[in-house]
Amino acid sequence: MGQFGVGQAVRRKEDLRLLTGGGRYLDDINVPGQAHAYILRSPHAHANILSIDTAEAKKAPGVVAILTGKDVLADKLGGVPCLAKPQSKDGKAMVDPGRPLLVADRVRFVGDYVALVIAETYKQAKDAAEQIVVDYDVLPAIIDTARANKPGAPAVWDQAPDNRVFHWHNGDEQKTKDAFAKAAKVVKLDLVNQRVVVASMEPRGALGQYDTATGRYTIHTPCQNVHMIQRIMAGCLNDKTENVRIVSPDVGGGFGMKVFAYPEQALMPWAAKKVGRAVKWTSDRSEAFLSDTQGRDHVTHAELAIDKDGKFLAVKVSNISNMGAYLSNFAPMVATHAGTGMMVGVYDIPAAYVEVLGVFTNTTFIDAYRGAGRPEASHVIERLVDIAAMELGISPIELRRRNFIKPEQMPYKTQLGHNYDSGDFFKTLDAGLKFADWDSFPQRKAEAAARGKLRGIGLAYYVECAAGGDEHAEIKFEAGGKVTLLVGTLTNGQGHATSYAQVLEDLLGVPFGDITLVQGDTDRIPNGNGTGGSKSMMLGASVIKKAADKIVEKGKKIAAHMLEAAETDIEFADGTFRIAGTDRKLSIAEIAAKSKDKANLPEGMEPGLDTRDKSDVHAGTYPNGAHVCEVEIDPETGVTEVVSYAVMDDFGKVVNPLLIAGQVHGGLAQGIGQVLLEHCIYDNETGQLLTGSYMDYAMPKADSMPSFKLAFNNVPCTTNPFGIKGAGEAGTVGALGCVVNGIVDAVKHLGIKHVEMPATPERMWRLINGASRKVA
Amino acid sequence: MYDFQYHRPASVDDAIKTLNGTSDGKILSGGMTLLPTMKQRLASPSDLVDLAAIAALRGIKADAKTVRIGAMTVHYDVHASADVKKAIPALSVLAGGIGDPMVRHRGTIGGSIANSDPSADYPAAVIGLGATITTNKRDIAADSFFKGLFETALEPGEVITAVTFPIPKRAGYAKFRQPASRYAMVGVFVAETASGVRVGVTGAGPCAYRVKAMEDALAKNFSADAIKDIKVPSDGLNADIHGSAEYRAHLVNVMAQRAVAAAK
Repeated sequence: MGQFGVGQAVRRKEDLRLLTGGGRYLDDINVPGQAHAYILRSPHAHANILSIDTAEAKKAPGVVAILTGKDVLADKLGGVPCLAKPQSKDGKAMVDPGRPLLVADRVRFVGDYVALVIAETYKQAKDAAEQIVVDYDVLPAIIDTARANKPGAPAVWDQAPDNRVFHWHNGDEQKTKDAFAKAAKVVKLDLVNQRVVVASMEPRGALGQYDTATGRYTIHTPCQNVHMIQRIMAGCLNDKTENVRIVSPDVGGGFGMKVFAYPEQALMPWAAKKVGRAVKWTSDRSEAFLSDTQGRDHVTHAELAIDKDGKFLAVKVSNISNMGAYLSNFAPMVATHAGTGMMVGVYDIPAAYVEVLGVFTNTTFIDAYRGAGRPEASHVIERLVDIAAMELGISPIELRRRNFIKPEQMPYKTQLGHNYDSGDFFKTLDAGLKFADWDSFPQRKAEAAARGKLRGIGLAYYVECAAGGDEHAEIKFEAGGKVTLLVGTLTNGQGHATSYAQVLEDLLGVPFGDITLVQGDTDRIPNGNGTGGSKSMMLGASVIKKAADKIVEKGKKIAAHMLEAAETDIEFADGTFRIAGTDRKLSIAEIAAKSKDKANLPEGMEPGLDTRDKSDVHAGTYPNGAHVCEVEIDPETGVTEVVSYAVMDDFGKVVNPLLIAGQVHGGLAQGIGQVLLEHCIYDNETGQLLTGSYMDYAMPKADSMPSFKLAFNNVPCTTNPFGIKGAGEAGTVGALGCVVNGIVDAVKHLGIKHVEMPATPERMWRLINGASRKVA
Repeated sequence: MYDFQYHRPASVDDAIKTLNGTSDGKILSGGMTLLPTMKQRLASPSDLVDLAAIAALRGIKADAKTVRIGAMTVHYDVHASADVKKAIPALSVLAGGIGDPMVRHRGTIGGSIANSDPSADYPAAVIGLGATITTNKRDIAADSFFKGLFETALEPGEVITAVTFPIPKRAGYAKFRQPASRYAMVGVFVAETASGVRVGVTGAGPCAYRVKAMEDALAKNFSADAIKDIKVPSDGLNADIHGSAEYRAHLVNVMAQRAVAAAK
């Protein structure tokens, strides 16, 4: 293993380019004759459109065309589909009303798509949009998640009069009921997981082109999965998949939000064909707040049944999940299988039952945001366990140990259907506690008290289910020994150009610096499944290995032929094919070059060493670990700070510890941000977004974070060739429960058992102040 | 942003003349509030009269009793001024804590005060020190300058040219930042001046104001303990998603204590 091999903390090869302005984002891509689009959005949360008058606007300077929902209907365009359809417990199908590209009759959230204005410049398009007269009949709106399904709530969709999208369930209801009946202790928790915005640094955008000669569309759009967008856009445009090319340039952050298809990605190519020139749209920040998918928004009731020895008997969770006004691609899955299916955590719980009521509201659509359901689930179970520890008078460490799934129980099938392949929760927890210096916490608490601060320590042991699937790769040998690696994943900040090159250098001995990653173009990469669900490293490495193994196999045959030796005598190491025990050898670059000439090959062998392959690793992976944080609260102001954070992770196998640290740090920041600061708030009556800019939406900043400590206790995953477990979302999954547990620990002496997120200064001040008054 | 005419006069007189000749012109100082508002299309002045080229409006002069700051002096210059640091260190601290480095190198003291944004920092110091605001027409005492939310005693065609701060015996500033914008949700400037103790509060109310009860208590005993139990009424205070009026009132007390403790 070389300096750039697997396991080394190699610096990102993409950084020099990106940090010196060499990035090529959608905003950098402009084509001759391009027109600009502006989308007129609904100012109301819920209203019937009585009429849209575009006559004046069409006369405005620079206007090329104005298109509305009527044009979408006339051209019989498809809509953006929902791809996840959980069945309800009563056997009924999910209510799937569809999602048109432009709305013709009724708007359902502030920001809904009303008209597309195309002009010579963006400013002219925006000016013209102000001249469009839309006559709205404003309707009552429903915003509140908990109230959406209650009698009297306005219906977002006529086909769902009670706003019910689905009522899914999982687990064994009767077995769970029985377990609760014989419990010595039942712990209950009501909890809200508030809505947050994603806020990628680069906003969304799309550049649509149509080539009349070939009849093909090209859509440049920053995303996380070009092939899924290609299929969906073909559906929206009523055309064949091969007639749609999707190109994703550099992507400035996705966090799940850029996995999904959006109307704009279909509107631009449609408009391009109609007006006979390229059309480009770029979201501005205000628009991003309204029209990017948002995350979380669950209201949960959870109960844990425990026997007299502190052993968990059953867990029962019912949850209301807000879907927003439309169903984004995977929103119902995030709320059900992805998240709530992980509700048992790392505990050996003999019975479990979960039910999820998905509801429509007049708000922006929800979908996966870093962790996608698993932070929500981990938050619930880790809070339940801490409350149980508090109520039973057992230490939270001891209670966890008493209930952990034991290493010898692996592989372990949970009551909610997940198969944990590996993990040693005991050892990882012990290492984590030591790493965090848990035992000396009382000294730090006393020292903080002397400064007038309330200090708490929080523990969460998370497990998450990172995705599996299939993935495609091609390894191509270029002139001069260079190698191009084409993969169907799509880095949007993860550093695949570096980590994949590390894997390939190890496997084929091609120098790290000679390897170039190509991604994000459906014309160059025929198949792929993009990046999301923390699966890219596991699947990318697996498929690269499969293709590389084939290359070595073929290379051996060629080497044997050229060196006139038996194939079994050829060994391959460090990029060299050699007759074992001799100095007769050929480098892989030589073999690649020679293999292009049939004369150098055995009879009947196809020329070239280039190899394309597909890998199927459908089992999910289960990264897990111990998060320990310490918080300090200023009781006078309620200001809460996370002052230390230590993570002991089990990622199975680490390809690049530096990149993993970046992933964990970013994940923690998004978790801590949600616990302390972030909250996407709509006015409950009007549905107006009150946190529509960074002036009111509190983003975490560098000074909101402590310096993170990260170490590993890796137990290799048994279901993929490298033993990798997905790391991209793990930081967020563990952070919610950990930080809230720390906050509650700091104020538990006041009789406080739970604190809702975000733990804003006023919320904390009111809790402490109210509790102090009561205690006094 | 809509189109507008841009002017860059070389004197205050020219600026006023230009402004008077516009249909709906606005003075542009640092533009820290006005430009974002225009970008959002929430304001559409016909003309902007930029004061940036008027050298006479820039600069800091200190004597034995006062510090005079030109209206177009940027926050960074106030923060970094050796004269300010020596004479009124709390004012240097305040200026150094406004916004971020970009704001501090563009935003001006005159612009901040003229806007009377309820969450701006400078108004607390203007009130807390009892400064004098000089315009092209007259001198205005701090206590009669701030009239309400984004409302001041400035008349049409009147431009701030300088702010003069009396040098106090000691002064301190403490602020509680709004978690998202990091503007002052509550900022309290406390000063022991020749004319008595003054407590100037920004962020909590529609505009900067004084807290008489605290001033009286501190005049007798200039210590945090002296005001610990003085409750500030929450009636009429600002309330939003970041803080209720009751919480802001509480923070006025806490920040006042911290300002006293920090005073030097």
